[in-house]
Amino acid sequence: MKHIAIGVLGAAAFGFAASAASAATLDDVKAKGFIQCGVSTGLAGFSAPDDKGEWQGIDADFCRAVAAAVFGDGTKVKFTPLSAKERFTALQSGEIDILSRNTTWTINRDTALGLNFVGTTYYDGQGFMINAKKLPGVNSALQLSGAAVCVQSGTTTELNLADYFKSNKMEYNPVVFEKLEEVNAAYDAGRCDVYTTDQSGLYGIRLTLGAPADHVVLPEIISKEPLGPAVRQGDDQWYHIVKWTYFALLDAEELGITKANVDEMKNSDSPEIKRVLGQEADTKIGTDLGVSNDWVVNIVKAVGNYGEMFERNVGSGSPLKIARGINALWTKGGLQYAPPIR
Amino acid sequence: MASQEVLREEPSRGSFINDPRVRGIFFQALVLVLLVAGVWWVTHNVIVNLARLHIASGFGFLKGRAGFDISESAIAYSSDSTYFRAILVGFINTVIVAVVGIITATIIGFIVGIGRLSRNWLIRKICTVYVEIFRNIPPLLVIFFWYSGVLAVLPPPRESINLPFGSFLNQRGFYFPRAIWGEGSWLILVALLLGIAMAWFVARKARQRQMATGQPFPVLWTSIALIVGLPLLAYALSGFPLSFEFPKQSTFNLVGGFQVRPEFLSLYLALSCYTAAFIAEIVRAGIRGVSTGQTEAAAALGLRSGSILRLVVVPQAMRIVIPPLTSQYLNLTKNSSLAIAIGYPDLTATAGTVLNQTGQAVEGVVIMMAVYLALSLITSAIMNVVNARMALVER
Repeated sequence: MKHIAIGVLGAAAFGFAASAASAATLDDVKAKGFIQCGVSTGLAGFSAPDDKGEWQGIDADFCRAVAAAVFGDGTKVKFTPLSAKERFTALQSGEIDILSRNTTWTINRDTALGLNFVGTTYYDGQGFMINAKKLPGVNSALQLSGAAVCVQSGTTTELNLADYFKSNKMEYNPVVFEKLEEVNAAYDAGRCDVYTTDQSGLYGIRLTLGAPADHVVLPEIISKEPLGPAVRQGDDQWYHIVKWTYFALLDAEELGITKANVDEMKNSDSPEIKRVLGQEADTKIGTDLGVSNDWVVNIVKAVGNYGEMFERNVGSGSPLKIARGINALWTKGGLQYAPPIR
Repeated sequence: MASQEVLREEPSRGSFINDPRVRGIFFQALVLVLLVAGVWWVTHNVIVNLARLHIASGFGFLKGRAGFDISESAIAYSSDSTYFRAILVGFINTVIVAVVGIITATIIGFIVGIGRLSRNWLIRKICTVYVEIFRNIPPLLVIFFWYSGVLAVLPPPRESINLPFGSFLNQRGFYFPRAIWGEGSWLILVALLLGIAMAWFVARKARQRQMATGQPFPVLWTSIALIVGLPLLAYALSGFPLSFEFPKQSTFNLVGGFQVRPEFLSLYLALSCYTAAFIAEIVRAGIRGVSTGQTEAAAALGLRSGSILRLVVVPQAMRIVIPPLTSQYLNLTKNSSLAIAIGYPDLTATAGTVLNQTGQAVEGVVIMMAVYLALSLITSAIMNVVNARMALVER
């Protein structure tokens, strides 16, 4: 009898949580006055608290952009640090409104997990990092047979790793931890020879190691990892707001609208720029979406355009110094492309 | 006749509602109905909400391909195995660490517990310090102590510490030669089982003879001779079929031989040390619970102190010790779920990974709860049998 009761309590808790998440997310968010944003427990460049305890990174800034679109104020965000394992349950149960946590977009997550990915804020791929000082002569992932590999559990990384070694007929010892900090510590202590995760993550993690210069990221990229924010299924309005916030960031960059010139741009001669910034007479673009008409102005004022966000967090303005590469706009040979705002 | 009828009707006091028996049944039925309704409502709520949120549900996912690897597995497992098998691997790992942990904790616990009652000042104090240290530190910290404090500071694989018999110790674990059983080695196993059976038989007979005639028999030495001697004889007869595979250095790690990983070692050592402190206190309480009159009476009969402990004190102490010991065994089993902090693939870790890869949180948690519950109930059942055997037979 007792264990049935415990099961009932557990299931009831989930049941209540699920029903709490049912109402329109936009109304919930407006009623509580802030957006609850699920981020990582600390990945430099994507979401990590700085020395003042403020969350920094592309993923954190994306939530600020959504807050700016909804409230006109990018600071109305509360961050929930989540492990890889906790992230989907937190979104499904309604604990967070957006999952913006370097999460790979896959079909399984879009369908069976009941999520909707809004786009790809960072095109990534899985790589390997080794300690070159301890392993001289290793310069390709194909030489890694027999190695102990550190990996975070419950990630696509873990699955790609198994596939890669299997298809190349190599063996490895997985050393699996639930939390990123545990993986970092184990790799730094020499428990494993190889660290594998998304390449951008490897560059960020390398900075936190004892002797960053000793470690090299191997050239192979073994998977496609389109990282992006996700929301719950079944709330189209909220899905559209988050999706078009992402597109607005890209369109702003394409039109040359920056944090510095956004107020001047309002008086631009270009009808397209005026339309995007909500300066057209009797415009309804913002209100149709469920936000104010100057939503793009608010977004750019809060975090800048996509390019500024990228350079500040992972690019030339950050210690990571990652090149734009395939994350450049489509006009510059990259993959970032947004439908027009009209 | 008349008086009997009066007696029978008295408890009902003429009213059906006031009948305590009817009332009892009514309230039990009411609670049952409420409980069933509650379970139905919760289950319904979960199913409806999962469907509304477009989240897959049901246990069909267990047949899917797992796609991830597990570092330690007692059964055949690869990334092509099913999710069910992944959970099974985790379950077996939990059982392994729990069983060896329970055995070790019991041995350390009994030694320390008896040591705390020693007349030797040094032994007594060392045992007290042991108990006070491990009893007052959370088990997770003890696990981290072994993992990060002891095993992680060992040298890397290329500078392994050489131990006797071709064994090595480094930060990737403890490596020793793996025994390879050749043809005819089944004979050794048969001989071992035969030796154990014969030793048991001899012990029984010797006991009966001592009861009847008072003449002792060297049971210990005979048993050792049987259990060790017979397999050795079989080994020689079958033509020495045993060979060893030694661990060797390769590019990254030592390969070959048998590897005990640091995750298992630290979890096992931490759980054993931690639980042993509690068992030591239970053992001490059990021995102190046997009245001193028993010891004095046994001494008056002329028994030596070793015999007093073995024949008089311990059998009575066991009756006090076993029930709380069961709780400690359950604690150890449940504490093994802390393995997740250091990456030992126990049930919580593998079921958690499955839960995350499939997104089926409700089912995953239900499986974990059911398995831990079953494990605890089985442990309790075994200990209840042991307890029933040890309990005072009242005549």
